[in-house]
Amino acid sequence: MRRRWMAAVAVTVAGMLTLTACGGGEEGGAGQSPQAGAAKQVEVFSWWTGPGEADGLKAMREIFEKRNTGLTFFDAAVAGGSGDKARALLTSKLQADDPPDTFQGHAGAELQGYIKAGDLEPVNFLYDELKLREVFPQQLIDQISVGGQIYSVPVNIHRSNVMWFSPGVLKEAGVTEVPATIEEFVAALEKVKQAGKIPLSIGSEWTVVHLLESVLLGSLGTEAYNQLWTAGSDWSGPAMTKALNDFKTILSYAGDPQDDWQPAAKQVADGEAAFTIMGDWAYGYFHNPPDGGLGKTSKTDFDWAPAPGTGGTFMWLSDSFTLPKGAPNRDGAIAWLKVAASKEGQDAFNPKKGSIPARKDADTSLYTDYLADALKDWGSNKLAGSIQHGVTVNDAWRTAINEAVGLFQQSQDVAEFQKALADAAKNSGQ
Amino acid sequence: MTRMRRWLPGLLLVAPSIAAIAVFVYGMLGWNFRLAMTDQHDEVSEGKFVGLENFTGIWDQPRWSISVNHAIVFTVVFVGGALLLGWLLAFLMEKGLRGEGTFRAIYLFPMAISFVATGVVWRWLMNSGTGERAVGLNRLFDVVGLEFLQWRWFRDQDWGMAAMAIPAIWQMSGYVMALFLAGFRGVPEELREAARVDGCTEWKVYRHIVLPMLRPVTLSALIILGHISLKAFDLIVAVSGKQIITDVPAVFMWVAVFDSHDPAKGATIAAYIVIAVSVFVIPYLVWSLRKERRS
Repeated sequence: MRRRWMAAVAVTVAGMLTLTACGGGEEGGAGQSPQAGAAKQVEVFSWWTGPGEADGLKAMREIFEKRNTGLTFFDAAVAGGSGDKARALLTSKLQADDPPDTFQGHAGAELQGYIKAGDLEPVNFLYDELKLREVFPQQLIDQISVGGQIYSVPVNIHRSNVMWFSPGVLKEAGVTEVPATIEEFVAALEKVKQAGKIPLSIGSEWTVVHLLESVLLGSLGTEAYNQLWTAGSDWSGPAMTKALNDFKTILSYAGDPQDDWQPAAKQVADGEAAFTIMGDWAYGYFHNPPDGGLGKTSKTDFDWAPAPGTGGTFMWLSDSFTLPKGAPNRDGAIAWLKVAASKEGQDAFNPKKGSIPARKDADTSLYTDYLADALKDWGSNKLAGSIQHGVTVNDAWRTAINEAVGLFQQSQDVAEFQKALADAAKNSGQ
Repeated sequence: MTRMRRWLPGLLLVAPSIAAIAVFVYGMLGWNFRLAMTDQHDEVSEGKFVGLENFTGIWDQPRWSISVNHAIVFTVVFVGGALLLGWLLAFLMEKGLRGEGTFRAIYLFPMAISFVATGVVWRWLMNSGTGERAVGLNRLFDVVGLEFLQWRWFRDQDWGMAAMAIPAIWQMSGYVMALFLAGFRGVPEELREAARVDGCTEWKVYRHIVLPMLRPVTLSALIILGHISLKAFDLIVAVSGKQIITDVPAVFMWVAVFDSHDPAKGATIAAYIVIAVSVFVIPYLVWSLRKERRS
């Protein structure tokens, strides 16, 4: 009898222990969160784990540790392109009031959710202290300010409206000039189609949204495009109808959707497709030696131009770091933000990541080939914010746009598409 | 005291799991249904009770009807395919195949793989490139001269979800085979022999003796496959990600919660998934309870 009792108690206790372990596991997050009590540690949360970006982060980390000998850098990176998984984990950490010391986010409206939930502290004081308003372009400051407050420090700039093309295919199809307007683009697509190649390569549905933002910018013009994100914007007007019809025409020349943007870009690099519209991270993929990239030669195997109709405008997106409220090591986080904002930090990070610094005073000799072009345009062009990469719209709005585009790909109904986009704008506080 | 001694150890043994299930299963279920009946459409606001508004409103969204249709096509093809294939494999084994043990192991192996791993492999196999750009299965068709079989697989607008069911069939048919094999073995040889003595052909033996006796096994298999199918998420995300072309309720739920930041909508979809699964499970529970009582 006694043995049965003992067994029962033992099993019960074991069960309880398992239960409490379940409860405790939540806080562990990725299972390697910083040691309690190590106040000198700075936990930096990002999704930079791929080739290039992880090297860039390491370079910034070295500068950080050299400047702040008392602090250690804790890399809380979560793998996954564009940070889907990282952001899901971050959401649960923030809801549990267990923020990292600083986290990566796309600069702009994507941070609105965090701002509304009261998760972020404004960093205006840092902009004043480091005189950042003088080194970042004024339009960038305007586009990331929310009610006069700035909530993040942009580390890099990527360009979204880049048209990549295969010079060989264009020559074969008899396209002599790189198309600069939507009309010329459609004519070129038609010629390539006649020549029996894929006119335009696309990847999964988000790459089509990426295409949409460039077509909207090209068809509406920069002023009207930037107006779309302000109060009283016109999503139902005839200009938008025309832009969406352009989009439909262009999309009708697209090849079979590939798994993601890389296979789509590869079709261009391999001379199977003529054009693809993708952000400038594609440059690293085209240019870097195999394993990380395709090892192609720029200007001969692949070439680039602003997306049709968007010459003179730089559609930007940016990775930035934030200051969460209740960060365990606020001073450490501020020290990290200072490195991320500095010329030294940005010039160490960006050549490796394949992007350009947000600062205007970067060392131009570090940026060659495509990046030299981008840096020049960044300093002189008008700016517009990206949709798919979180500059102009918050997560909910972006998801609604993605949904509308996915449905449009099936229905091909422009009127319905326009209505869905107008509704998305209205539901998102316009 | 003696009476207490009799039931207390037993109760203590099951108490942790009762508590855990009460909190983590039924508590969470209740919490989810409560959330689904509020208008908490972002993470910060306090939701007000709105009754069944979310449950009816969601049918106005084009994406929802698409994802429900997809789930139905997927379920029909997957459950039907896995049952048929599993039955066929079990039938062949039962006929006294040489090296049965080896074959059994081979057909059961896919069960050991997670849906995510299966999905990654099949994403490549079901590449939609045709002609010169064909890879995976389309390439195989090309090589053996069956070009007409090439198609866009899960990227096909009408039948894409049927293609999506193929990896699921591949993975689960071995398991169904094991279930059916046990069922076949459970049919007493005497019954078959009696039928044969009465002049039944082999076909009739199966039609009138074996198949009716397999009904309970078929029902179990149907329920196991059905609930897996309605909750399908990992396989679909591994094959095609969060695209409308292969959208199902579980993927839509993820998008609603983590991308749209709309907890009430996510909870509504989750509630519908639970309801759909219980349509499968509850009749089974009732049936098995009755059977137990009878015996």
